[in-house]
Amino acid sequence: MASLAALPLAAAGQVGEGFFHERTPGNRPCQANPSHLFCWDWARENIDRYGTPALQQLELVLISVVLGFLVAFALALLAHRRRWLRPPLLAGTGVLYAIPSISFFLLLLPITGRSRETAIIALSAYTLQIIFRNVTVGLENVPESAKDSARGMGMTERQILWRVEIPLATPEIIGGLRIATVSTIAIATLAVFVHAGGLGTQIYGAANLRFPTSILISIVIVMVMAFIFDAALLTIQYFTTPWRRARAS
Amino acid sequence: MSIATPLFASFGGAIEFIFTPQTSNVTGGKGVGGLDQVIELLLAQLEVTVLALALAILIALPAGLFFGHRGKGELVAVGLGNAGRAIPELGLIALMAAVIGVGLFNLTVVLAILGIPPILVNTFVGIREVDRSTVDAARGMGMTELEIVRRIEAPMAVTSIFTGIRTSTIAIVATATIAPLAGVATLGEFILGENVYGSNGVLAGAILVALLALALEFSLAGLQRLLTSKGLKLRAA
Repeated sequence: MASLAALPLAAAGQVGEGFFHERTPGNRPCQANPSHLFCWDWARENIDRYGTPALQQLELVLISVVLGFLVAFALALLAHRRRWLRPPLLAGTGVLYAIPSISFFLLLLPITGRSRETAIIALSAYTLQIIFRNVTVGLENVPESAKDSARGMGMTERQILWRVEIPLATPEIIGGLRIATVSTIAIATLAVFVHAGGLGTQIYGAANLRFPTSILISIVIVMVMAFIFDAALLTIQYFTTPWRRARAS
Repeated sequence: MSIATPLFASFGGAIEFIFTPQTSNVTGGKGVGGLDQVIELLLAQLEVTVLALALAILIALPAGLFFGHRGKGELVAVGLGNAGRAIPELGLIALMAAVIGVGLFNLTVVLAILGIPPILVNTFVGIREVDRSTVDAARGMGMTELEIVRRIEAPMAVTSIFTGIRTSTIAIVATATIAPLAGVATLGEFILGENVYGSNGVLAGAILVALLALALEFSLAGLQRLLTSKGLKLRAA
């Protein structure tokens, strides 16, 4: 039909021959196929559009994790000094952790609206429990003998904290940071629900929801990002705890 | 005052939405929200959460116990746990809906997949951390391997196992919120359907999901206390 309709136009010289194509299952582009899993051609041509969402997601994660880390670390130091603060802080951060992120995002709507701030507050609140627990456990596990030696060397309590306890707790602290970072990278996908951008925009939305290629690309970017951060933090741990290597060899 | 007033109005509107049906612009005069619909969707979300959690436990717990007892597969278990954390839930649900199809069965399987890694890793680690000399003593007393797992290792690893189950529950109930994308109406219906339920509905959905998650968390914490053996509780105190 389409080619018949095109003939008068082609004859009149308005469009060149070959302008009209009949779409047959043979020459249909991959994304027009009702059942397709991944369109390599589309992906190759459109990979650019994932740059900005990926950067937005990265930005959300970095701000949230740094903020969460600062707060949780300060709380952990406080709880280390005043032991009675530990159970209430553990329970409080536990409640924040248990509230599903998507619900947390939307609970903040009346206060901060649909914005980046909303996403950052909810994401950093989510990291508190993981980091707080790991830092307290790390400080707890420092052998009493190490602290005694430091005392014997004439260190003050403050020096012991910063030069003995925290360095010895580094593996646990970075362990917590790894879990928090990797989880936050995945969860930041939900920021799309508060219009804070990120890779969720390439998953959620009428067109993308029926387009597995876009969903798969987004999943892969998120997981690769998580893997890179995990590896980077492990590397930092390796170089900040030289005594562990000395003991191992 | 200037901030507090609209704040009260928003939350007040959401709470009203939970208890009494509201008029909506798009349903042709049919009321939306109200306690009946809230309870229906709450039960639906609870149902799919419990089903998925049960499936995840059924697969991950025996596997964790087995590999933990054998002391094999540490790299696989830990790697799986790390990879599991990195999966974006939204992407997984959307992919399932687009490729495999929607429905309760598919959703349960996908949610269970999200729930398996934390239980597997924590069970594995919990069992590995049981003192080897304790296990040797049990073996010396003539216990079979199955008895050792059931009566020594599993009870001592209860705290770790429950940490896994709780993490997994949080992930599953949170993801069940976006289940409407997979064709299953849960409380997320209110959250994702702003044009039907209005901003009061969105906020009401967020409140209800948070309460459901906290209720599950507290129930599991209670269950954990019940299942921890008396001797271990004394040692911790």
